[in-house]
Amino acid sequence: MADLDGHTATETGNLDAMVTAVWRVESPRIIARVVRLVGDIDTAEEVAQDTFVSAIEKWRRDGIPNNPAAWLHTTARFLAVDRIRRRDTQRHKYEQVAATTPQTTEVDLDHIVDGDLADDLLGLIFMSCHPILSPDARSALTLKLICGLNTADIARAFLTAEPTIAQRIGRAKRTLAAASIRFELPGATERPARLDAVREVIYLVFNEGYTATSGDRWIHNELCDEALRLGRMLAGLTPDDPETLGLLALIEIQASRLVARVGPDGEPVLLMDQDRSRWDQTLIRRGIMLIGRIEQLHGTAGPYALQAAIAACHARAIRAEDTDWPRIAALYDGLAQIMPSPIVELNRAVATGRAFGPRAGLDVVRPLLELPALREYHLLPAVVGDLSCSVGDHDEARRQFLRAAALTRNNQERSTMLERAARCATHS
Amino acid sequence: MRFMVMHYQTQAMEDGVPPSPEEQEAIGAYMQEAAMSGVLLSGEGVASSAAGARVEVTDGNVRVIDGPFAEAKELIAGFGILEVRSLEEAVEHARKFALLVGAERVDVRRVVEFKDHE
Repeated sequence: MADLDGHTATETGNLDAMVTAVWRVESPRIIARVVRLVGDIDTAEEVAQDTFVSAIEKWRRDGIPNNPAAWLHTTARFLAVDRIRRRDTQRHKYEQVAATTPQTTEVDLDHIVDGDLADDLLGLIFMSCHPILSPDARSALTLKLICGLNTADIARAFLTAEPTIAQRIGRAKRTLAAASIRFELPGATERPARLDAVREVIYLVFNEGYTATSGDRWIHNELCDEALRLGRMLAGLTPDDPETLGLLALIEIQASRLVARVGPDGEPVLLMDQDRSRWDQTLIRRGIMLIGRIEQLHGTAGPYALQAAIAACHARAIRAEDTDWPRIAALYDGLAQIMPSPIVELNRAVATGRAFGPRAGLDVVRPLLELPALREYHLLPAVVGDLSCSVGDHDEARRQFLRAAALTRNNQERSTMLERAARCATHS
Repeated sequence: MRFMVMHYQTQAMEDGVPPSPEEQEAIGAYMQEAAMSGVLLSGEGVASSAAGARVEVTDGNVRVIDGPFAEAKELIAGFGILEVRSLEEAVEHARKFALLVGAERVDVRRVVEFKDHE
């Protein structure tokens, strides 16, 4: 196509791919802008869709404009204003019929001042991550509105049926509407809790991708990429919030190992056995840089910041034997105080064992054997077995490895545990 | 997937003319834009080639040439590493960058990653 009338020269066949990419980049911004004008997500989404439908028609006919984003924003604003006018006319008619005092609800549409786009986007993130919604509903809505994914993409990523996701999103929107939740930027007092709700969604999406398996194998899952993108967005929009930076640092560093944690035959490779030259140094550098920023902000004591600091200890060790276990154990001590949980305690036992010897590790782990919550959790006997083996208690180690083998659902792990149990038997 | 997005020097940049307030504002607008989109992994800008050098090897013979170099348009002025889903998406970000800062040319190149070798 020739470059005529200020349009980008491009192949017409590329239009679909181009529009998909533009949707991904611009639709969250358009929805965020429009939702501030029209108030509800459903209408804002419809306006965004109408905008893209007219874009495709026009661009197919006339070519792609030089600045598609500007074209889309102008068109979306026009369509939004048109809808508000029609809605107000409608309301005006109802009011006349009802013979009530007509109220001037009309916004002065010609004098709408566009606010800061960053505020609009942050407001939309807060809206789709509203604590009134379940974490699952928040995740689906956020992936749709903020990441620009369609329902089919989300369903595939969550390994769920498309109608389930569609229902989840529909219900989330109805819940927001029923509770009259409109576009808003939470004030200073409400903000920390609202940010927590957003971070919870990002971490949930990341973990959903990180732990996705097919049989015994990790499967590559785009949810990790989406969570990273959301985390980077949120960190860009709230650059001085240490816990947001902590969450981002944590997932950047965890994601740096996505390639290395899969063996040549698709089998999972444990952290200490990974080929560290395959860790993604770009992501590690970003994580460590974020931790530096958290230190400047004096925010190192939050739960995400602590977990990120632990992940960074592993990332900094060039060889597994270089790991700074005393530091990791100290960080777990801190984490156990602010976020006590059996899993944190189990990790603390491992770190303590590595840092200060197996007896110290056993002292931390033993009380966990009494907990009903961990009774069926295979990693508990695996850890106890490992520590018992190190102190020379091979009978106990063998019992624990057999128990771990019986509890795990992963074939690979089962054979490792059985093998370790057999090796213990030769000692006793 | 990752892309390296590169833009090129202008004669003014090569001559060491400091950026005008408008140009600085445009860069600020781009940084805001990049932060909001969550795609920029890293980026750097470079100084005039007068502050650099070039190493040329011909048949094993090494020649070190100090800057400045002619042909400003062939000299990289800066780069960003973007993480996006497709080439088209990287192109849209490059377009925004070019329009905001007034770059005449931006190259978009795929970064080779570990997962490409799987």
